[in-house]
Amino acid sequence: MNNYLEFEKPLAEIEGKAEELRALARSNEEMDVEEEASALDKKAEALLKDLYSDLTAWRKCQVARHPDRPHCLDYINQLFTDFTQLAGDRNFADDLAIVGGLARIGDQAVVVIGQEKGSDTKSRVERNFGMARPEGYRKAIRLMDLAHRFKLPVVTLVDTTGAFPGKGAEERGQSEAIARCTEKCLQIGVPLITVVIGEGGSGGAVALAAGNKLVMLEHSVYSVISPEGCASILWKDASRMREAAEALRVTAQDLSALGVADEIIPEPIGGAHRDPQTTIKSVGAAIEKHLKDLSKKKPETLIKERRKKFLDLGSKGLAA
Amino acid sequence: MNWISNYVRPTINSLFSRREVPENLWKKCPECGTMLFHRELADNLNVCSSCDHHMHITPRDRFADLFDGGIFTEVSVPEVIHDPLHFKDQKKYPERLKAAQKKTGEKDAMLVAQGEMNRTPIVAACQDFSFMGGSMGMYVGNAIIAAAETAVKLERPLILFSAAGGARMQEGILSLMQMPRTTVAVEMLKEEGLPFIVVLTHPTTGGVTASYAMLGDIHIGEPNALIGFAGTRVIEQTIREKLPEGFQRSEYLLDHGMLDRVTHRKNLKAELTSITRALTGLPPAVAGDLPKPSKAKSEAPKAEEK
Repeated sequence: MNNYLEFEKPLAEIEGKAEELRALARSNEEMDVEEEASALDKKAEALLKDLYSDLTAWRKCQVARHPDRPHCLDYINQLFTDFTQLAGDRNFADDLAIVGGLARIGDQAVVVIGQEKGSDTKSRVERNFGMARPEGYRKAIRLMDLAHRFKLPVVTLVDTTGAFPGKGAEERGQSEAIARCTEKCLQIGVPLITVVIGEGGSGGAVALAAGNKLVMLEHSVYSVISPEGCASILWKDASRMREAAEALRVTAQDLSALGVADEIIPEPIGGAHRDPQTTIKSVGAAIEKHLKDLSKKKPETLIKERRKKFLDLGSKGLAA
Repeated sequence: MNWISNYVRPTINSLFSRREVPENLWKKCPECGTMLFHRELADNLNVCSSCDHHMHITPRDRFADLFDGGIFTEVSVPEVIHDPLHFKDQKKYPERLKAAQKKTGEKDAMLVAQGEMNRTPIVAACQDFSFMGGSMGMYVGNAIIAAAETAVKLERPLILFSAAGGARMQEGILSLMQMPRTTVAVEMLKEEGLPFIVVLTHPTTGGVTASYAMLGDIHIGEPNALIGFAGTRVIEQTIREKLPEGFQRSEYLLDHGMLDRVTHRKNLKAELTSITRALTGLPPAVAGDLPKPSKAKSEAPKAEEK
């Protein structure tokens, strides 16, 4: 059973009907519903294609947050081999909102780091819905140091609503941890490739995304503030998130136009959650391609280019 | 109506109002409610003389005190694309910008200058909270990069006074990208072995705290300044509990190891002088009145700075 988003309701109806018909036919052998059901299937397919051909910014936010969307560990488990998870910041705790470790993609050994939102109630709570605390960022810093020392490229998978806004997180220096993590991204002499697989939520995302290449999935978003947060500040009404999402330009397409995203990976029709395998495979192909390009470069060149990339940002705005 | 109400009355009023005392001669301290005379308040660097509450101070006023004799040379900041996203909420972004420019007389939320502080050559950058909440957009990013580049060129320490609610939403992702951009600026200083001292003033929150404001070699907070990543209200809503008294204030951060010091505004200049001189291998500052700095010295670095 699919988890339908609010704007997918008409689709849910059609797919539901087809399902119902088939269920009826299963209990009553004399009925032949296949023709009718497949007509409904076709209709659903057309509707899905239509819905997803031109998603508004707010709808993209919803797709990016879809509970069934493949998450960080889905990518790690299916794209990488020999994954050895490494835990802890050697200081305070292990933050399960950020996972990381050694892994191989093809033959290439890498360090992979990402935010994991969890896939059911238990794991979501365990992973704090992918909202990291300072420990998480400090673990990421430690892993990037490891990558730098042993000359392993770093792949980061970004999927977070944002860094966790909590009392303990503030007391242990959430800001400092994020600032240092961003700084570490800029310092390492190895390739750093970031894929935004879902939500890129503000500073909590930047901390893992200040790399050589920023790749975004077609329906992923990356923003300075959540549309709801922006609406409640600028419109004084959190329910104006649709307008805020449009105004903030949060989509992969907008980010590509602004020169922030380097590549957009197409998603299957209906979003990554309708066909996780295909999505994960295309992400893998993109990572391997960029790794291949970047691995030839010297450490100094990688650092220099990374800095230049950010210094040059903002030289172009969106067309009127 | 008639010529009396349309012409005579306004004319009389305008004649009288000219003789009236100008407004804003007195300011009420938002903390203790004491009425403070504007000149006294300015002499006291916008600190309440009765409760020591540190009010906002404009970058120009701060620099007038920081630099010897109030003399400093402004560092020019490269222009940015205005309104890259064509952002519109209830107001258009360019309108908000213009209103802020008119209100403050400044181009944007940061002023960069170089000069001498107790005869110690420095570059300073100061964020202007009265300009759209000090928010960090592309201009502020450019200002910090210009400040770092100037510091590198003149081989001087950079002192940065932060004050901002966070990133400027109206510039969307490009404002967020100022986090890594300004971090690159900090890296430039570190590579050249130049001190980067951050004075965190009220309030410093969001993406500003989570980038350059927390990357200093030394962190000094002004008393009772709000410093943090997430807003207090957001935290209370998330964890559903009341936050302790003084949460996210300078003294609280000092207790939790995030600041080196909390320093009263009137002692800042002396403290910054002794810190920068210690870090750059200069002899201790001379106590007492200093001769007026010559113009040439604020233009070019002195030989002894090396």
